Amino acid sequence: MSLANAAKWALVLWTLICVGLGFFRFADTTFPLNPPPGVHGELHIALQAMRAYQYWGAIWIAPAAALFLVWRLRREVDEDSASRRRAVERRQPVATRVRKAVFNVHTLRGALGVLAILIVWQLAQPLGIPIIKRIPPLSEVVSRFFDDRGLFWRDKYWAGWVISLFRIFSGFMLALLIGVPQGLAWGISRTMKAVSFPVFEIFRPIPPLAFLPAAIYLMPTAELSIIFVIFLGAYFTIVINTINGVYNVDKSMQRAALSLGARRGDIFWRIIFPGTLPSIITGATVGMGITWMVLVAAEMIAGRSGIGFLTWESYTAGDIPQVVVGMASMGVGGAICSAVIWRLGVNLTPWRRLF
Amino acid sequence: MPAGKVEGRVECRDVTRMFGEVWARQLVVDGASFVVEAGKLNVMVGPSGCGKSTLINLIAGYEEPTRGEILIDGQRVQGPGRDRLVVFQETALFPWMTSLENVRFGPEVRGISPKESRQEARRLLEKVGLRGFEDKYPSQLSGGMQRRCELARALINQPKIMLMDEPFRGLDAMTRELMQEYLLRLFEETQVTILFVTTELEEAIFLGDRLFIMSAKPTSVKMVLDVDLPRPRDFHVLTSERYAELKQVALEALYEEAVKAFAKGSKAAYDLVEAFGKRVGTGG
Repeated sequence: MSLANAAKWALVLWTLICVGLGFFRFADTTFPLNPPPGVHGELHIALQAMRAYQYWGAIWIAPAAALFLVWRLRREVDEDSASRRRAVERRQPVATRVRKAVFNVHTLRGALGVLAILIVWQLAQPLGIPIIKRIPPLSEVVSRFFDDRGLFWRDKYWAGWVISLFRIFSGFMLALLIGVPQGLAWGISRTMKAVSFPVFEIFRPIPPLAFLPAAIYLMPTAELSIIFVIFLGAYFTIVINTINGVYNVDKSMQRAALSLGARRGDIFWRIIFPGTLPSIITGATVGMGITWMVLVAAEMIAGRSGIGFLTWESYTAGDIPQVVVGMASMGVGGAICSAVIWRLGVNLTPWRRLF
Repeated sequence: MPAGKVEGRVECRDVTRMFGEVWARQLVVDGASFVVEAGKLNVMVGPSGCGKSTLINLIAGYEEPTRGEILIDGQRVQGPGRDRLVVFQETALFPWMTSLENVRFGPEVRGISPKESRQEARRLLEKVGLRGFEDKYPSQLSGGMQRRCELARALINQPKIMLMDEPFRGLDAMTRELMQEYLLRLFEETQVTILFVTTELEEAIFLGDRLFIMSAKPTSVKMVLDVDLPRPRDFHVLTSERYAELKQVALEALYEEAVKAFAKGSKAAYDLVEAFGKRVGTGG
C-alpha cells in the first residue's frame, strides 16, 4: 500500500476511535447533572456533551492533521497526472456546484413528494379523511412549535437534539468499531465463526429494547444503558452484513490475486476489504435506521432528556401538537443521518455509481 | 521478451484428481500425462464439463492432485505463484480498481516503486489498445476491453506460462474473432508459453501449435495433434486444405468423446422421464 493510502486509512480509523470513545467520558456521570447555580439544566447537559468532544477533539487534532498532510502531499507523488487532471476538471466554482446540487430534477421531485404529503396532512381535517383527520393539522403544529411557549424557544428542545445525536453517534460508532472487525474476522476464519457464532445467533433475535431493563441494572449510569441499547440495535445488522459481504467476494478474484503474487495481507486489504465495503455500508445504513427507533424508546424509559423523552413528556401532558413536533424532529434527524451515511458510502465506493 | 530464453515447460505425470469423501469418490482427472511445450501455444480441447478447468486449477496450484505430480521447468508445483498466470472464464478484474490500478496490482504487491510500475502499466495498456481508458473502472469497459485489460495485467508480471481457461466465452462472435486474432499477434510477438482451454475446435486449430484432445470425464489426454499451419496466421488459414484435414482428424476423436459424455447425461434424463411416465400411468 502506498504511503498516501496508508495515511488516509489511518486518519479514518483514528477519527472513528476518537469519536467512538468520546462517550467514555460519561462512564461516571448521570444525566441530568446538577447544574451549577444560574445555568439552565438542559443547556448544562448539552455543554457537558460538547465538552466531552472537546476533550477527545484535543487528542484527535494533532495526529489527524499530520496524517491529513501526509495524505495530501504524498498523493501528488503517488498518483497519476491523469487522476489529478480528473480532479481539476471537476473543480467548478463553488456557487455552480451548490446550485447544481440543490436545483436539479431529483431534489425537485423529492420536494414535490414532501409537499404532497404536507398538503394531504393540512387538508385531512376539512376533507374528513378517516384516521388522518385526527392528527392536528400542519398549521396548528407549526404554530405550536413557534408560539411563545413553543419548543422552538426552549433550551431543552435544542439541548435534546445535541443529547440525542450524541447518544446515536456514540452507540453507532461503537457498533461500527466492534461490528466490522468482528464480521471480517468471522467471514475469514471458519474456526472463529464456529466457536462464537451460535452465541451471537442466540442474542440476535432478542430485541434491543428487551435488553433495556438488564442494561439499566448492569450499567453504572442510565446514560450508558441508553448508549448500550443503541449500540445493540446497530451492531447485529452490521455484523451480519459484513459476514455476508466477505462471503460474496468472488473466489476467483482471490485466486487471481494469488497468481499475481499477492500475500495474505494483500488479499485482505486489497481484495476482501474493498469487496466487503458495499455490504458494510448497507449494514451501516440499515443499522442507523434501527438506531433511531431504539433511541426514542430508550429515552422514554431510561432517559430524562432528549427528543424521544420530550415526545413522551408531551404525550403525558396531553399536548398532541407537540407530540407531532417531536415525531417530525425524529423523522428529520433520522433522514439527515441516513443521508450522511449514504453520501459517505457513495464516496467510499466510487466504482459502484458508474453503471 | 526475447525468444532465446523460452521457459514454461509443464510436465504432467500421471495426474489424478478425485473429489468427495472416501466412500463417494468422483474421479475427475484420471492419470493425465502430457507435456506443455515451452514457447508454444498449446490448446486443450474437449467436451464441456470434462474437467479441463480442474486441470488448469491443478497446474495453477489452487488445488493439489490426489496422485501424480506436475513439474514446471523441472520444478514441482507447490501452491499458486506468479510464474503462472490464469485468465479465468469470467472476468476477475478487481471492480474497485481502475484499469491502471488493476494492471499495476502485480508489481505493487511485489514492492516495485509506484513510478516504475505506473510507466510499465501505461505501456502495456497502450499495447492492448486501452489508451485513454486508464482511469475507467471495469464496469465501464466492454467485455472485450475487460479481457484485454486482464491480458495486460497478466503480461506485466512476465509469467513463464499463461493459463487461459476459456477466456473468450461469453463474448459475442465478432469480439471473439477480434480477440482471437489479437491473442495470436500477442503470442507471435512475445513467444510466451500459453495453455489455452476451449470447447470449440475451430478456435483451437486456428490458434494452436499443439492440440490436446481430452477424453470425457474422467479426463485424460486422448490424442495430441501438432498443428503445422504456417505462422503468422490470419483468417485465411480457415479456408486452407490442411486446416480442413486437421479438423477432420480432430473432429472424429472429439465426436466420439462428445457422444460418450452426452450419453451419460441423457441416460439419466431418459430414466427419469420413464419413471415419471409410470407414476402418472400414461398409456394405461
